[in-house]
Amino acid sequence: MSTEAINTSLPVLTAKDFASDQEIRWCPRCGDYSILAQMKKVLPTLGIPRENFVFVSGIGCSSRFPYYMNTYGFHSIHGRAPAIASGVKISNPDLQVWVITGDGDALSIGGNHLMHMLRRNMGLKVILFNNQIYGLTKGQYSPTSPVGSMTSTTPVGSVDNPLGPLCYAIGSEATFVARSVDVDIKHLTFVLERAAHHEGTAFVEVYQDCNVFNHDAFLYASDKTVKADNVVYLEHGKPLVFGKDVKKGIRLNGMHPEIVELGKGINEDDLLFHDEKAVEPSLAFLLSRMRHPEFPEPMGVFRDVQAPIYDQRVTEQIAAQIKKKGEGDFDALFNHGDTWVVE
Amino acid sequence: MSSTEVLPPPSEHPKKLETLDSVVIRFCGDSGDGMQLVGNQFTNASAVFGNDVSTLPDFPAEIRAPVGTLAGVSGFQLHFSSSDIFTPGDEIDTLVAMNPAALKTNVGDLRRGGTLIVNEDEFDKGNLQKAGYASNPLDSEEIVSRYTVHRVPMTRLNRDAVAGLGLSQKDADRCRNFFALGLVYWLYDRDRKPTEDFLNSKFGKKPDVLEANLRSLRGGSNYAFSTEAFTTHYQVPRAKLAPGKYRKTTGNEATAWGLVAAAKLAGKTLYYGGYPITPASGILEELADMKEFGVKTFQAEDEIAAMASVCGAAFAGKIAVTASSGPGICLKGEAMGLGFMTELPMIIIDVQRGGPSTGLPTKTEQSDLLLAMFGRNGDSPVPILAASTPGDCFALVQEAVRIAVEFMTPVIFLTDGYIANGAEPWRIPRFADLKPIHVTHPTGKAGQFATNGDGNGEGEPEFHPYERNEKMARPWAIPGTPGLEHRIGGLEKADVTGNVDYSPANHHKMVMNRVNKVAGIANYIPLQEVQGPESGELLVLSWGGTFGAVRTAVESCLESGKSVAHAHLRYMNPFPKNLGDIIKRYKKVLIPELNTGQLRLLIRAKYLADAQGYNKIQGKPFLVHELVHKIDEVLESK
Repeated sequence: MSTEAINTSLPVLTAKDFASDQEIRWCPRCGDYSILAQMKKVLPTLGIPRENFVFVSGIGCSSRFPYYMNTYGFHSIHGRAPAIASGVKISNPDLQVWVITGDGDALSIGGNHLMHMLRRNMGLKVILFNNQIYGLTKGQYSPTSPVGSMTSTTPVGSVDNPLGPLCYAIGSEATFVARSVDVDIKHLTFVLERAAHHEGTAFVEVYQDCNVFNHDAFLYASDKTVKADNVVYLEHGKPLVFGKDVKKGIRLNGMHPEIVELGKGINEDDLLFHDEKAVEPSLAFLLSRMRHPEFPEPMGVFRDVQAPIYDQRVTEQIAAQIKKKGEGDFDALFNHGDTWVVE
Repeated sequence: MSSTEVLPPPSEHPKKLETLDSVVIRFCGDSGDGMQLVGNQFTNASAVFGNDVSTLPDFPAEIRAPVGTLAGVSGFQLHFSSSDIFTPGDEIDTLVAMNPAALKTNVGDLRRGGTLIVNEDEFDKGNLQKAGYASNPLDSEEIVSRYTVHRVPMTRLNRDAVAGLGLSQKDADRCRNFFALGLVYWLYDRDRKPTEDFLNSKFGKKPDVLEANLRSLRGGSNYAFSTEAFTTHYQVPRAKLAPGKYRKTTGNEATAWGLVAAAKLAGKTLYYGGYPITPASGILEELADMKEFGVKTFQAEDEIAAMASVCGAAFAGKIAVTASSGPGICLKGEAMGLGFMTELPMIIIDVQRGGPSTGLPTKTEQSDLLLAMFGRNGDSPVPILAASTPGDCFALVQEAVRIAVEFMTPVIFLTDGYIANGAEPWRIPRFADLKPIHVTHPTGKAGQFATNGDGNGEGEPEFHPYERNEKMARPWAIPGTPGLEHRIGGLEKADVTGNVDYSPANHHKMVMNRVNKVAGIANYIPLQEVQGPESGELLVLSWGGTFGAVRTAVESCLESGKSVAHAHLRYMNPFPKNLGDIIKRYKKVLIPELNTGQLRLLIRAKYLADAQGYNKIQGKPFLVHELVHKIDEVLESK
């Protein structure tokens, strides 16, 4: 290897290189810490120079995230991170742009931006920290809070029908959709890596514990003693099996999923096989509708398909127009069409 | 012989050719009648000939209101002249009305003795009823005695002109506007060639339609030439404009071109995030078709996203721009505040229209000045520039970009519906003569930022994103630059380091830094100029799209020896440094505005000057005679 090649190769980065010098101000034992830690682990593995990462966030506890990353960062305004990130990405498609958002930020005030960002399939990576509560404003219900939630603005229980983030993402034509849990370190790392490598917009929902205002909302999915019966890990091309002894599975009955016991004449071949590459999003949507306690909730990659990428198409159109018309010439522009001379 | 051949004039009716200094003509008809199209064609033909021109398109907000109704009338007014003009004219000399509704809504602006050309065929019972006429107004004493009326059976004559081409009656009638245009081309001795060239390029692939429109155009000319009704035609000689090469431009076009040029002059490319809204959409449309200049346009999902994406694009290092009108600017307020707080350069264009709320979408007004000044939470002043004419947009929007990048701030650029859609001759510049715009991005090399973290030359080099230069601007470090990774956001930040900081003294200091930075721009903009005496009885102070009418009115008062001067503002925030002194040199100050007195409020507050207002809020520009009358009134009052 020549010395020149050594000099131009990327420096080897570690998680530490991605930590900013700012004191982290989330509540002790907040689920955000784990997500931050896994992110710092994943980024150095991507082979991307640190200066090419941009983290954009909205408003909420999770949106403080960029301050704790030693990358370029933009802590913006409530709900608008997808639009700000779109401006960054269209302007410079070489950057890897992450959007950090929460259930209120993304689905309530920012619902419109989220939908359009997803359908355009820009190369953005979106992490939605879902804690089913407004934490920063001290405990009001959110668009993902279950009916009946007792919060400061629903003192006798919420009557507001909640929204499933993944259902929304799939309905908005997202090309990569996944879910993980804050404390499931290995799985979360895996999902973040998959998202980072997806070309086009990647959307990841992370169940995140707000231990102050909505503690243990996802205990069923995070507690090691019960989660095996409450979640099903998706693997491409594999049947949906779950349970402590992996004796349970999901079978399709017409258009409806049902839980079946393996054995007693039912074997794995009878089960629903996961296909994250399915062009039609019907299967992914069906999976996204499986909710605790009726069903185990799927974890992992629901959907991973390729589609034209907006920011790349914008760049290509410009190149094509330059090829067709030549590089823009102002004097030619000013003088085209009807002109006249005054002596 | 076909009806479209040019006939020699019948010798018993020799046609006279008279010379006029200037003419105001208005075409009006149903919004489906193509009045904007023929108005534009007449403008082109006059501009190419060498007249000075000024136009006022006036169309309904509805694309196609019911045919023949008053609500559906669309008009296009053109003032063409052999001398320098600044307005589309107060009174109309010639009115072309394609139906009774058009006559009813427009005839009031036709001067006594003016020429009225109507499509007589459309004055049937049904159309008269729709326009609310009990009887045919063309027979009324009121019309006949006041105007020179030409009742032209245009529908029938036009059908004859295109006969034999196999067009349906409906398609034949769609060419009537060109018949009318041909008629007035003869009346004003215009060359048909620019319009024929236009038709050739537009309909080259549809030979039938092309031939029909050409025949209609010639048919109209030949009719006027042959019939005894038109005994005289007129010429308006070339205007004595400053030497140079000219073209016609509109405010929206000049704004779009100015933006792309400014980006190039700054060594960058343009990012434009927008959402369709009248009357600003033309800028997005123009820019979307300039991809060969590297322009990236993003039609966002809403006004908020458009503005937010501009913040992102500015962070990423683009010359970032959005444009809208009042309702959209309201929605952009929040993200504009973020742009202000993060001190990123960006341009927000407000093509003002009649408000409040949806208001009068297609009519002009100047009622967003205070929105531009104060329409954000917190102490958040931004520089504001206002263009005075369509052509002025080109130069002034470059100035807006210069201020944005030199001072690291959002800049609001105000135009209005009148400027955006109005046209005037524009002296074509050479790109090489335009003034470069200097942009520097720190690269992380020594000397460009504080080099140590602990103040003793020890520790890691550290980038300080909120350190300020002599203009109080912070550095514009863009993602992708190694070593300058930093975070910005809407939270208050510590002086110099930019880290989140809520401490009381720091907040006070940072608010004052931002406010003083914008106020300090006054040191870097031209002094205010005054037309007329340096001191005297009355200063007329105006801004924005009223320039032409106010300048014409003041010049006319000066010619009659009155002690009046005119100052027209283009820099609305901060004001030019000498404005206070200028105001003190006159006994009275009159501020004409197309709003309830927004500039007047600012002037009174800042200079404690007892300025009077003259305010018109009708969705229409000032007329010169209205202003002259008001100036006289103010001069005569004690």
